Amino acid sequence: MSQEKILSSDGTPLEESLKKAERKNKLKAVLLVAPLFLFILIIYIFPIGDMLFRSVDDRMITKMLPKTFVAMEKWDGQDLPDEPVYEGLYEDLSVLKKNKTFGKIIARLNYEKSGFSSLIKKTIRKIDKLEEGNYKEQFIKIHKRWGQPEYLVALKNTAPNWSYAKYLKGVDLKFDEKRNIIQQDEDRRIYKTLWLRTINVAFWVTIFCFILAYPIAHLLATLPMKYSNLLMICVLLPFWTSLLVRTSSWMVLLQQQGPINDLIVWLGWAADDNRPELMYNVIGTFVAMTQILLPFMVLPLYSVMKTISPSLMRAGKSLGGTPLVSFVKIYFPLTIPGIGAGSLLVFILAIGYYITPALVGGASGSLISNNIAYHMKSSLDWAFASALGTMLLVGVLAIYWVYNKLVGIDNIKLG
Amino acid sequence: MALPNHTPLNYRIWHYTYLTFCFLVFFFLIAPLFVILPLSFNAEQYIHFSSKMLALDPEGFSLRWYEDMIYGTKNPWGLATKNSLIIAFFATIGSTILGTVAALGLSSRHMPYKAAFMALLISPMIVPLIISGTAIFFFMAKVGLAATHTGIILSHIILGTPFVVITVTATLSGFDHSVTRAAASLGSNPVNTFMKITLPLIMPGVISGALFAFVTSFDEVVVVLFLAGLENTTIPIQMWVGLREQLSPTIMAVATCLIVMSTLILVTAELLRRRSERLRGINR
Repeated sequence: MSQEKILSSDGTPLEESLKKAERKNKLKAVLLVAPLFLFILIIYIFPIGDMLFRSVDDRMITKMLPKTFVAMEKWDGQDLPDEPVYEGLYEDLSVLKKNKTFGKIIARLNYEKSGFSSLIKKTIRKIDKLEEGNYKEQFIKIHKRWGQPEYLVALKNTAPNWSYAKYLKGVDLKFDEKRNIIQQDEDRRIYKTLWLRTINVAFWVTIFCFILAYPIAHLLATLPMKYSNLLMICVLLPFWTSLLVRTSSWMVLLQQQGPINDLIVWLGWAADDNRPELMYNVIGTFVAMTQILLPFMVLPLYSVMKTISPSLMRAGKSLGGTPLVSFVKIYFPLTIPGIGAGSLLVFILAIGYYITPALVGGASGSLISNNIAYHMKSSLDWAFASALGTMLLVGVLAIYWVYNKLVGIDNIKLG
Repeated sequence: MALPNHTPLNYRIWHYTYLTFCFLVFFFLIAPLFVILPLSFNAEQYIHFSSKMLALDPEGFSLRWYEDMIYGTKNPWGLATKNSLIIAFFATIGSTILGTVAALGLSSRHMPYKAAFMALLISPMIVPLIISGTAIFFFMAKVGLAATHTGIILSHIILGTPFVVITVTATLSGFDHSVTRAAASLGSNPVNTFMKITLPLIMPGVISGALFAFVTSFDEVVVVLFLAGLENTTIPIQMWVGLREQLSPTIMAVATCLIVMSTLILVTAELLRRRSERLRGINR
């Protein structure tokens, strides 16, 4: 069976000219998206990649002690190394002393094993007085720790360019001298608690938001427009108000001499001189975060409930279902997409919350974000801050992926 | 919500419990905001309802904290307001233009890998701010834009675009493409068609996206905390600093001004949304 090719007006086959038009349209759409895409790629996605890179980057020390590490490659790491390692150390440390750049490696090595700080400082102080040859003996004379294998093993352990030690620290693990992964010392185990608390707070805030949001979303969706519009303002005004304003209002309410405590005293639940601490602990974080994130649960629930026809419930009742049965069997299943969207949104936002826990959470109510900020701004351990950030990011992106699968990111509604 | 007369008692009880619960939740949502208003007019310097205030004695109220906010010596609010407005203004323009253009592309049915692009472009809204702040700080420090307005504006453009993309895409989803084809068939070039036909029709979405971008920038603390030097301080930064030290009535005054502003923005956004729905033929 032969088929005539259909030609378009300029003589080219129709199929081809349609494809050409399609390509042109595709190109046009891509070009429109391109500026924002490139902008986000350069100023946002690459920097996040850079952050990942920083969290495993351990090249600084390798660059500063090049000869030592070359010499160490031949050492088995059992007994004390031979002369070449000490000679390498001598040359590297002399260069560092001349350039006055030894501060960084002291911090890095002392993190690996405490005791390195005085060891390196003393060696650098005396390094000019060393005579040529037989460095091993002279080094051990300067500080007896140069004669203890565990320090040299610790030094050798810093040789690899990449290290995931920061990630281990983020879950309360560490390397021992033989590069085995062991538990962090008892008094330094804080991160597991912190992660669990963060997940716990995010989980319960999501649950509280759901319990509070479901009835009012239902009310908003079923009331006549003129009433629901008015009540909607109660949801939207906090939504549009500055986060700091809302947090500060909670600080006013929850403080020891604040209205809520006044009420508790007036009701006789607590003595005036023994007012409960409502703020600077995990209670403050819970209450404030629930109120602040509530609109993010109400809005998706509302938009789903709005689409459920009231006649479905009437049908359920007319078929003999009690209000409870009709609700459980008909209404509730229909709202599940809204519950999923709202819960995931609230959970994602809650797990990365920073400002509110920092202001009302105190020490026992602070979350992983607060710790990241601490390492960024105070302890200046940027690699560790990056590692914690990466771990949090992976968690959030996993939920984001689920959200995208379940709800579809283009179905997000605002206001 | 009057119930019919024949409603059984248990259902009646249930119904009023439900309404009471809803009332309490609405109260929980809105009441905290209204605590701030009277306290900003407090005549005393404590954040506490004085007995004079509770008795509605005029002597218990004063405007001294507003005066302090505007004229107070060494008060940072003037500089902070100026910076906040400059940063939010340019960030809004940047986000709105980039976001609207991208939304036009994303809404085209010829766009390949639409979902993937959408997910990527919206990610700044989902990724925790502390991570965005950390990453952007490293970048800006590297290119020498830390502690500059430019650096802060660029990062706020990033944070604002997802809102514009979402609102404009939503408006475009109900857009009747035959009007642009009609314009083209009448001899209009694409730019002219966009300016005269498409833009006016999607304007409500663009403006409401711009409002979101403005509020995002105006309210943003975390990224600015990482990026700002003393010269780049903004209103949220000053509030953050103030709240970490001590609750002061001046902060209540600033907060009251911000609540008034957000009320105005809310009203604008609501009016726009309704206009947009009317134009798109919803709720006829």
